[in-house]
Order: sequence, then structure tokens, then C-alpha cells
Amino acid sequence: MKGSNEDSAQSVNGSSIKITDVTQDGDTLTFAITSQKSSSSAGVCVFRTYEDFEWLQQGLFSQEDVPGLQGVIFPPLPSKPLPSTSLSQAKALKQLGFLALGDEWMIYCKALELYLQQVAAHTTLSKSKALYSFLNSSESPGKQCGKKGILNRLSQAMEEMRKEGHKDVDEFFQSERDSSTNLSALFKLSTEKFLDVVLNKQRLALACGHFSTSLHLCVNQDNPTAVAFSKICLKLSDIIEAVKINYEKVSDNDISTLGLGLDLESRYQEAKREMLFRRTCKLVELETANRNSERAKPNKKAIMEGVQKATQKEFDIISSVAKQEIEHYHRDRVSLLRDFLICWCEKQLSTARESSALLSQHLDACKKFAV
Amino acid sequence: MHFPSVFSSSTASPLPTLSDSAMDPPLPVSSSEPPKDIFSEPPADTFKDPLNKTSAEKAASGGLSKAQAAVPVKVAADEELDDLFSDSLGESGAAPVTDVLSAPQNDVIKKDIFEEPPKASTDLFGDDDDEDLFKEPLGAMTKKPQGSLFTEAKSEAKAARPEQSNSAAADLFTEEAFTVTPVVAAAKSSVNTSSKTNGLHSDEEDLFAEATVELSLDSPHNDRRKREAAKPSAPAPSLSASASTSKPQPKTLEELEEEEKEDTFDLNISVTNPEKVGKSTTSLSMFRSKQFTVRRRFSDFLGLYEKLSEKHAQNGYIVPPPPEKSILGMTKVKVGKEDPSSAEFVERRRAALERYLHRVVSHPSLLQDPDVREFLEKEELPRAVSTQALSGAGFLKMINKATDAVSKMTIKMNESDVWFEEKLQEVESEDQQLRKLHAMVESLVNHRKELSVNTAMFAKSVAMLGSSEDNTALSRALSQLAEVEDRIEQLHQDQASNDFFIFAELLADYIRLLGAVRACFDQRMKAWQRWQDAQNMLQKKRETEAKLLWANKPDKLQQAKDEIVEWEAKVSQYEREFERVSATVRKEVIRFEKEKSRDFKKQIIRYLESLLQSQQQLIKYWEAFLPEAKAIA
Repeated sequence: MKGSNEDSAQSVNGSSIKITDVTQDGDTLTFAITSQKSSSSAGVCVFRTYEDFEWLQQGLFSQEDVPGLQGVIFPPLPSKPLPSTSLSQAKALKQLGFLALGDEWMIYCKALELYLQQVAAHTTLSKSKALYSFLNSSESPGKQCGKKGILNRLSQAMEEMRKEGHKDVDEFFQSERDSSTNLSALFKLSTEKFLDVVLNKQRLALACGHFSTSLHLCVNQDNPTAVAFSKICLKLSDIIEAVKINYEKVSDNDISTLGLGLDLESRYQEAKREMLFRRTCKLVELETANRNSERAKPNKKAIMEGVQKATQKEFDIISSVAKQEIEHYHRDRVSLLRDFLICWCEKQLSTARESSALLSQHLDACKKFAV
Repeated sequence: MHFPSVFSSSTASPLPTLSDSAMDPPLPVSSSEPPKDIFSEPPADTFKDPLNKTSAEKAASGGLSKAQAAVPVKVAADEELDDLFSDSLGESGAAPVTDVLSAPQNDVIKKDIFEEPPKASTDLFGDDDDEDLFKEPLGAMTKKPQGSLFTEAKSEAKAARPEQSNSAAADLFTEEAFTVTPVVAAAKSSVNTSSKTNGLHSDEEDLFAEATVELSLDSPHNDRRKREAAKPSAPAPSLSASASTSKPQPKTLEELEEEEKEDTFDLNISVTNPEKVGKSTTSLSMFRSKQFTVRRRFSDFLGLYEKLSEKHAQNGYIVPPPPEKSILGMTKVKVGKEDPSSAEFVERRRAALERYLHRVVSHPSLLQDPDVREFLEKEELPRAVSTQALSGAGFLKMINKATDAVSKMTIKMNESDVWFEEKLQEVESEDQQLRKLHAMVESLVNHRKELSVNTAMFAKSVAMLGSSEDNTALSRALSQLAEVEDRIEQLHQDQASNDFFIFAELLADYIRLLGAVRACFDQRMKAWQRWQDAQNMLQKKRETEAKLLWANKPDKLQQAKDEIVEWEAKVSQYEREFERVSATVRKEVIRFEKEKSRDFKKQIIRYLESLLQSQQQLIKYWEAFLPEAKAIA
């Protein structure tokens, strides 16, 4: 992922951030996070819950003195984890998608880890005090009341949704918005379909397991012929077991690479859309200010113009930040997807080779079977 | 689930493809929906036609099987199609072939239609066939060249289903068979399974080098054909080292290709038996020509079963049961529904009939039955009389009724030989196990089919992504990914088909066979019962005689004495029969068990090979994709 090394003493080495452990206590998950400052090799380990992560995200949103903050594409925080003790698998899948799969929350942890790394790698966000506090403070910061910052789309009122379609003044941004909308839907769809495929493979593995177990029950030692047949059944049982294990590995590979990658990409696309939406809202605000300014009665005109100028300034800064962000985003996402695709392909290739070798062995053994 | 390239069978028999196919695993699978599917091509239509056509023909001949009766309307339509079909046959024959070529497995199918791989597994396909064909003077029509095929019924084309399995099956069962005298046959249980394994043919060749006849269209390798059965008295040649431990039995195989015409569809079944020419051993001289192509209706098969059952079941033979009738399936086919399920049904039935026939001809005693010969040779069979009783459900009902009747007998059989009792219990528990396994396999098949559907949807969504993506390299990689997933989907489908045809059908066959085994135990019980009844009758007659003696009625006395003599004879006859039936049952069961093991082993090997091939294909796909992924910048 992005592993930029900041120079300032305060900053953290993004690539060193790791979630090393997760423990579950009832409904709460606690994550152990280790990190290193870029200037030293000493590591720090803290324990955080999901609330702490939310606090961090809110903290990032509400930074003051950061011009054009609304133009920043915020690394997306995964949804709240739903420990399976309290909810059914289906619900968890609906909410988290791929992040709900995998053993022991490993995939979820990986996603959180990536989130932190991305925040730490961001030129602006990495300087946030909230991040520092999150990574280093021994106290859990999540209990504090967060300031209200930039609202996420989720918390926006429905009427604001209208603004989504507002025509842009800038071609670059208009086309970005259009392609974003389109791609984001397609990625979401692909992620869903891939999830279906992976779940299907898991079901198939289960069915193989049942078949294999049943074959085990066909053992009969009464006479030589029955013994021979039993051996054959057991052999088949082994083979089906091998098939099952293969499917399990394949689906694990899917989940930990492409699944995670698609999920991340989907969420990042959403984050980008949100940024663009914020800018669009600002644009609407600006146009309103312009109109107000034009129509203002002379006594209010000065004020309106002041507002108009301020809004224009904000808008321009946001736009310039946004442009930069978008460029970074394009570059980073491609390399992200590339890494995930390569990893996926390599893992599947290696699993297929293993399986092939194993089946070959079975085949040789079977052929030698005396019946 | 896919319809094998039936059409491919005709025409081409391109030798090169055949040899290619040799490498492939037995099951030709591809072909359902994907582009390569021959059914999307015109031939596919003709596929429908033959079905109709045959029904038309059948209708013309006046016999309408029950199934057909269900769809009387169709007949008229069929007749039209008949002509259509005959014209298009050539074309259909040709076209599919090309399609088929693209799919290696299909080649195998083609091969199958025309040549029957004698019994072996797939690798039997060789290029020699055609040459051999022409070398040998053949009495009967040979199907070899496409031409001859077409002269036959048009419907030849269809059905090339994986024959390997059948041939393999044939092999399995033929192993012991073929000896003229039951004694010889029975004794040797050794089977040379090894001969069946893929590719181990060389042994056969050595062994049977002296075999004369060989036409084996199907067996690609000449050596394979040489299975000639030496006379029964000939010493069983020991398999060459490569073979398995067991010794092969001399085999007599006759080669045949059958075309089965169900009322609305054609089946191509290949059974192969190389025939021995020039030597007139009883068992061999039965068949006059080396190759036959005959058409049989599904009801003919049922009729054959009925006849065999009547004659042999009561002697304790295990008569292989025919496939089940399925009104629903046939109706769908007749209605011309061109969907994968009806194609699958046809293929399923064709394969089942082929297996059935293999079992019949590999049974040493049944092979000698003139009805079997007639079935294989005669041009036209008289339409089988009501075969309703032999529909799948009917068959099972019959078995169950017989079983019930016997078990209701109040007299518990005084089992002198505990072997029979134990065996029967084994059979029953096995029946349960197999049913359970069958259910598992079906669930497996369904999951795989589902996976195939889901993979296709995923592939589509990725393709859309690829075309919308701005970054060119990423876009290309995504498009490639879509293609890879598409191919993987095909693999899943093929695998599902394999699961089905290899295992589900195997298990289903054996469940039905176990029913036949139980039936033969019942027959033994009946024989025992007859004997006991005769003994009781004799006892009564003796008592009568004693009474008459005491009552001093000389005129009736003579009659009583006569009756005693008569019943004494009956008693001893029935006792002998019972013993004979017992011996036969015992022998049959042992043979059955051995064949079962061999059959299962063979199918497992086939399955493994297909799994292996799947994995290797997968490896190729991933290897091809990796550079694309790496090329993203």
C-alpha cells in the first residue's frame, strides 16, 4: 500500500502500522495496533475498539485550519463489525461484505490496517493530532465527545441528495463525477457477484465434506471383496476431501486478495464520490451566494458580497485540493488493484499447482489399486 | 448436461482429432451454452429434427410408444422434419464436427459414434481405425465411413456421448465373460483391470496377436482390437507385465454400433465386441458380422430386458435392469424443447442404455442368449409388447412386490448356508448406503451448477467494469479477467457434468442392480419353496397310500403309487433346481461384487483424470492472466 515516510519527527511511519491482534469480548472487538515513528525504531502498541476508530475519523473530518479540507478524499473506514454472536451471518455479510468472511476477523483487521496506513500516508491527514493521539495515547480516546465535523453523506438529509445532479462549472469535475457514479456502481456490482461466487465455493466445499464423510461409512470388512470395495470407497473419500480442501483454499485466496481489493476499491470510490458531492454542495452554496449578492438590496449588498467572496475562495481552494486528490487517487487505486490482482493470481496459481500435484498422486495410487 | 457433439460423429472422423482426443480425459464435456456449443449452430436444430424425424418414422411404422402417445400432435410435424433432417444431416454432420474440434473432448465423442472403443478407456482412440476398417471384410454394414453411416438412418449422428465410460464398462464386464463354458467363465474372477486403465493397451495387443478379427472401428489402436477371444479353451494369456496383477480373460467382443431410436430421438450406442472370424467356437460363431448398426427404440431395450428376465431370472441370474422410463423427460424432448435439460436428458438416457447393453453383453451367460443376438443383429425388431411394467417405477414396483411376496411367506427358509443370509443383509445395507451417497452427489452437482451460474454473472460484471474503466492497462486486465472467469465457468460446468455422469449415474445404476440382486435371492427362495412344497406333497401322497393300504382299496392304490413316484421325481428335480439356483446365485453375486469394485475403481480413475485436467486447465488460465495483471501500470 502506500508506505510513505514522513520526515517530521512527529509523524508516523505509515507502513509500520500493523494490527497485530484482535480479541473479542462479548460484542466488542479490541484491536492491538503497533506503529513506529518514522524517526525512531521504537514501537508503540495501543489497544483500540471500533469506537476509537470512529472517533479518529470524526477527528479527521473536523480538523480546523486545514484549507480545502472538504476537497480531501478521506480514506474510508470499514463499517462497524458485527460479531457473529449477536447477529446472523447473513446480516453481517450484508453489512460488511467480504470483511465479514475469513477466520477470526483477519480480513477485517487487514481492512482497518489499510485504513490507518492510508491515513498515515496522506500528506494532510497524517499531520492530524487525532491520528497521533490515536496511535500513541495509552488512553482510549474514543470516549471523548467528538466535534461535529464534515458530515458524511450518510448523515445528510435527503433533500441534499438533489444536489448530486447539479451541473458543474468545470469540465474536469463534471466528467469525474459522471465516471465516478458509473464506476462506483459497477464495482459494487462486481464485488457482490464475487461474494456470491466465493460463498458458493464455500457451500461446495461443505457438500464435498458431507460426501466424503458418507463414503467413510461404507466400510464393510466381512469378506475380501467387501474389503476391496471399502478400500475403493475410502480412496474416493480421500479424493473428495482433497477437492474440498482445494475449494476452501481457493475461496480463502479469493477473500484475502481480490475480495478485499474489490471491497476496498468500492469503498474508496464511495469516498471519492462523497468528496465530489461536498464540492458540489459548495458550488451550490456559491451560486446561491452569487445570486444573493446580485439581488441584494444595497444595504445588504456589502455583506452579501463578502459572503460571496469568501465562498468563492473556499470553493476555489476546495477545487484545487480536490483536483490533486483525484490525481493521487487515480494513481493509487490503480496500483492498489494491481497489487491485489497479482497477489490473487499468484495465490490461485500456487493453489492450483498444489492441487494438481496432489490429484496426480491420488491418480497414480488409484491406478495401482488391485481390485 | 451438455449435449455431446452428436453431429460430430458423422462426417469427419478426422483422424488427427481423434488422436488428440486420446489425450483427453474421458468425458467430453464442454458444450453447453458457451459459444462453442454446437447447438447454437444449425446442427443444433437438426438435432431437434432427428428427434422429430425419428418420431415421425416411428409414427409411420405405426408403433407409438406410450411416451409418444402422450404427444400425438407432434407426429405430423415430425414427418415434415423428417425430410429436413435427411437433407440437413450431411450438413449437420459436418458442422458440428468443426465445432467439436475446438473442444478436444468432443473429439472423443465423435469417435465414439463411429467407432467403438472396444472397451477401454479413452485413450483408445487411435488413428488406425479407419484403416482397419477397410482392411477387414465386413459382413455387416459397418458404420465406419461417414457414408455408411448416413446410409443408415440419418439419426446416426446423435449421441456421441462419452463412450469411454461405456467402453470401459464393457471392458470391466467383458473381462470374465466370453468363455463358452460357464465353468471357465465363472472360475476366473481375475479381471484385468489394468487393461482398462488408460493407455495400457499394449498388453492386449501382445496377448491377442493371433486374434484374427478385428475391426474395431473404435479401437484406435490395433492392439486394442486384438482382444480376440481365443477359444475358451485357450489358456488365458497372461497379461503383459504392464497389466495389473490379474490375468485377462480371453475376450470375445463383437463390435457393434447401435443406433437407438427412441421415438423422438436417436441414440448412438456403441458396444464393441471384436468378433472372431474364422474360428468357430460356439461362442463366437454366434455373430455373423463384425459390425452392426441397428436401430433400436427405447422400448426395444425394455423388451429385451423382459425377455431376459423371463428366461434367466428364475435361474438365479442377475439380469441387469434397463434404464428408467421418464415420461417427463421424454415429453420435453418430444416437444422439442431445446434447452440444456432436455439435451441432458437425452444424453443421460443414451449413456444409460449403452451401459445397460454393456452389462448385458459382458455377462457370460446372457451373451449367449439368442434374444441378445437378435437384439444386436436383427434389422427390425417386432415392437415390444407393453413395456409399461418396465418403466423405472414399474420395475422397482415389480421388484418390491416380488420381495414382499417372498417375505410374506410364513415358512422361514431353513438356511443351510449362512452365506446367503449374510449376503442378503449386506446387499440391503449397501442399498441404503448407495442411496445416501447418491443424494450427496446430486447435491454436489447442484452446487457446481450454481457455481457455474454465479461465475458467469461475475464474469459479466467484470467485463462491464473493464469496458468502463478509464485506465487502459487496468481496463485490459479486467477484460482479461472477465474472459478467464468465463473459461473457469466452463470448467465448473464440465466438472458438474462429470460429477453427474460419472458418479450419480454410477450410483443410480448400482442401486438398480442391487434391486436385481435382491430379486435373484428371491428367486432362490421361490425355488426352495417349490422344493418344500413338493416335499410336503410327497408326504401327503405317502400318507394317502398308507391310508389306502390300510383301507385296502387296491384300485386307487396303484394311482397313489404312481403319484408317489411322480412326486418323488418332482422332489428330486426341485431339489436339484434349488441347488442349481443357489450355485448360480452364489456365483452371480461374487461376480457382481467383483464387477462392482472394478466399475467403481474405473469411474474413480476417470473422475480423477477429469479433476486433474480441470486443474491443469486452471493453471494455464492463471498463468496466462498473471502477465496481464503485472502489466497494469
